[in-house]
Amino acid sequence: MINNLNILLPEIFLTLSIFSLLMIGVFLKNSFNLIFNLSSIIIIITTAIIFNRPNIEEKIFLESFTRDVFSNFFKILILISSLFVLNTSKNYIIDKNLDKFEYPIIILLSILGMFFMVSSNDIIVFYLGLELQSLSLYILASIDRDNLKSSESGIKYFILSALSSGLLLYGCSLLYGFSGSTNFDLIANELNKENIGAVFAMVFILVGLAFKISAVPFHMWTPDVYEGAPTSITSYFAVVPKVAGLAVLIKFMVIPFSNILSEWQTIIIFISIASMILGAVAAISQKNIKRLLAYSSIGHIGYALAGVATGNISGYQSAIVYISIYVIMNIGIFSCLYLLKKDGEYKENISDLSGASKKHPLLAISFLIILFSLAGIPPLGGFFAKFYVFSAVLEQQMYTLAIIGLLTTVISAFYYLKIIKIIYFDDSVITFDAVKNKKAQASILISCSILLTFFLYPSILNKLVVSLFIN
Amino acid sequence: MNFPILSTLIFLPLISSFFIFLSKDIKNNNSAVYISLFSSLATFLLSLFVWYSLDPTSSDFQFLEEKNWINNFIKFKLGVDGISILFIVLTTLITPICIISCINSVKVRVKEFLIAILILETFMIGVFCSLDLVVFYIFFEAGLIPMFLIIGVWGGPRRVYSAFKFFLFTLLGSVLMLVAIIAIYWITGTTDVTEIYKIQIPSDYQNLLWLAFFSSFAVKMPMWPVHTWLPDAHVEAPTAGSVILAAILLKMAGYGFLRFSIPMFPLASEYFMPLIYTLSIIAIIYTSLVALMQEDMKKLIAYSSVAHMGYVTLGIFTFTKQGIEGSIFQMISHGLISAALFLCVGVVYDRLHSRMISTYGGLVNHLPKYSFLFIVFALAGLGLPGTSGFLGEFLVLTGAFQKNYLVSMLATFGVVLGAAYMLWLTKRVIFGNTNNNEIKNLKDINNLEALMLITLAILVILFGFYPSPLMDTLNISVNNLINNYEIAIRANGLN
Repeated sequence: MINNLNILLPEIFLTLSIFSLLMIGVFLKNSFNLIFNLSSIIIIITTAIIFNRPNIEEKIFLESFTRDVFSNFFKILILISSLFVLNTSKNYIIDKNLDKFEYPIIILLSILGMFFMVSSNDIIVFYLGLELQSLSLYILASIDRDNLKSSESGIKYFILSALSSGLLLYGCSLLYGFSGSTNFDLIANELNKENIGAVFAMVFILVGLAFKISAVPFHMWTPDVYEGAPTSITSYFAVVPKVAGLAVLIKFMVIPFSNILSEWQTIIIFISIASMILGAVAAISQKNIKRLLAYSSIGHIGYALAGVATGNISGYQSAIVYISIYVIMNIGIFSCLYLLKKDGEYKENISDLSGASKKHPLLAISFLIILFSLAGIPPLGGFFAKFYVFSAVLEQQMYTLAIIGLLTTVISAFYYLKIIKIIYFDDSVITFDAVKNKKAQASILISCSILLTFFLYPSILNKLVVSLFIN
Repeated sequence: MNFPILSTLIFLPLISSFFIFLSKDIKNNNSAVYISLFSSLATFLLSLFVWYSLDPTSSDFQFLEEKNWINNFIKFKLGVDGISILFIVLTTLITPICIISCINSVKVRVKEFLIAILILETFMIGVFCSLDLVVFYIFFEAGLIPMFLIIGVWGGPRRVYSAFKFFLFTLLGSVLMLVAIIAIYWITGTTDVTEIYKIQIPSDYQNLLWLAFFSSFAVKMPMWPVHTWLPDAHVEAPTAGSVILAAILLKMAGYGFLRFSIPMFPLASEYFMPLIYTLSIIAIIYTSLVALMQEDMKKLIAYSSVAHMGYVTLGIFTFTKQGIEGSIFQMISHGLISAALFLCVGVVYDRLHSRMISTYGGLVNHLPKYSFLFIVFALAGLGLPGTSGFLGEFLVLTGAFQKNYLVSMLATFGVVLGAAYMLWLTKRVIFGNTNNNEIKNLKDINNLEALMLITLAILVILFGFYPSPLMDTLNISVNNLINNYEIAIRANGLN
């Protein structure tokens, strides 16, 4: 039994730390700084614990919880990206008076929820993890409670997300009804194409998951929440839950729904195409940069889903590579946003960047690199991400998906170019100062140098990802 | 040869651009100019060395470099043959000239400009060296970024529109090529060009793949009717940008046809020959007529470029030795002549800030040296015998004559039109009365400008009289290209 608990060590450590942090927060006044730093340390320690685990697949608690390379990879990705998101946003949190001690704790709680999501091998564990994550996210979205927009976005997210969770739960119960089990492996054995009920269940579950990763047509909350929530939360929304959502989606395709893959695929192809098109077209007219990034993230999820839609291992791998590079790009671009500050106000309009290249050449060049990478122009990292996805798609001879996908990259290139145009070509109307924010600048530097030098060794992520699907 | 000479050639400008990035902003940014001039001249000498040591009796790719790149999937493969080396030398020759030209014409953000030019040079050399489709695609596309910035940051009043049009047109064409490249990988199992040459791609796929590559090259070439981005881009780009665009970027597409479309899809190339002929003839005649009506000198030269590129596509798709050699020769010669003409426009633009033909007139009385050089290039542009412009067009027409009388006749008509717009341009700009008083106070070209223009003039005349350095290099590679093409056609019972 002790041996079994060993498997759960990262989760146990995280839970205990959250409890102790809560206690510290309750009994110490003005403990934001302490708790913030401690939670960074906790994230690092948890990463170290996961790194030190053997990579053998093991299942515990009646096979409802797995620990394997797949879940470990995603846990590490979640932890590292949260670490970056948290640390780059610290100044922003303090400036915006969001420095309540609950802030980092709730982030840790949502990480814990995601841990259970990616490790689950049972629909109940999966659902509990998902809900823990979602509840934390509701609070995070409305954490700036005196701000009308933030509260509105929190409520909006809560209502829509609760609805989608309900649908997902309904799907889970149908799945239990038609397969007689809640365990992923057992469900996989029970399901087949004749089982219409299972197809229904699958659709409901897919709806729930698509909502969490904001894929079209379940994306409606994304622009509002991205714009309304404080930037530090938006950057968290844009990165971490997407990783977890995609991981679960792939997991569902690999294990429980592996026998009804073709039905599942049709829906994902549709969602993917719709997301790519909407992400490309709707972003064009946006004036607020966070709103624009919301649509851009919808588009990027579409590309990642194109990889998932292939329904084979190399497609999943390409989607995981895609999401990893997406994480790097998004951390970079949100870190740039933390530098656009004037008199304590953070600038969010694209027009505020006007002519920034003259006064702030380094910031401008970082924007340039990240935006061209988001647009998928070689030789930057974003190109390789798209390249892997579309080569997996074409391997399955899904030409329509590939061609639509690549044409939408041209459309989306337009709005990324528009930002570059504003930064580089327009007359300078400096509306912000060069803020000193060491952590954000460091993360911009890391993100840009990864994107710039990715072409030197483009298979580095693939090598990691290949090992995820050995079982 | 163990030393990775081609990689050095490719990455030398990139590395020196990094040094420029680090260099301190002192008053006149001279250090940046010296570093970039020095590195681009070093690149030029290195490329001359490659040309010199290239074995002209072998049609194989030489100076091969191969490195595993994307896990057992794509290799980073470089190599040159008689065709590509000429384009590489053209690139490395034009770049230092551009850098010299920007000493006079670029006043703001000189450092960034030089970095952009050098990075662009890296990508352009990379295009001509790569022997792997994916590597080629990456270099081909990556060039968009610096060019977009060159047009957009240092360009004229309508620069934003032009930069966007340039970028989006090219990108739209290229993404289909990317689909085709990945499809080729799944069909043949490799993206290594030399391997694909040996494998015959199934004829069912050839037409679609050819069209996908065509969509990219036609935009880049540019062929009628997707040429509209070119006049805009040329007009708004700064002088150095126009020079690079006309002299090198347009050549990538012609090179692409020779390196990829014809050897990889011979059947489709044969099948689509009438399409290319039609588009080329329309380009030659229609854009020549359009050029006649232009009031903006840069726009006129831009349209003449489209017409000249029409000869290139026509020549390539004759599949005859004369036609293909003529096309390559025409591309090199157009690279020199159009570069020189844009520089000529740049020279007067720097002084009067106008590109309108009506601003000028009677320059010959006040700027005699300039006028002499201008006339040399204008005559070369219209294909006067004794200049490099003549040989290219003549060979292309000879090649076309063997295939199709009507096409070659119509193309010959284009030569007449070419003479018309070039002579008329010369008449209005160089001769005639001086209407504009400002012209009387203009200074003639300075030493730097003379250096650039005279270098190009010497080359234009030299290759007009003595083309064999180019032809000898080309010879075997072109023969090999045609042989392989004919074997493929015969094997499939066509012809």
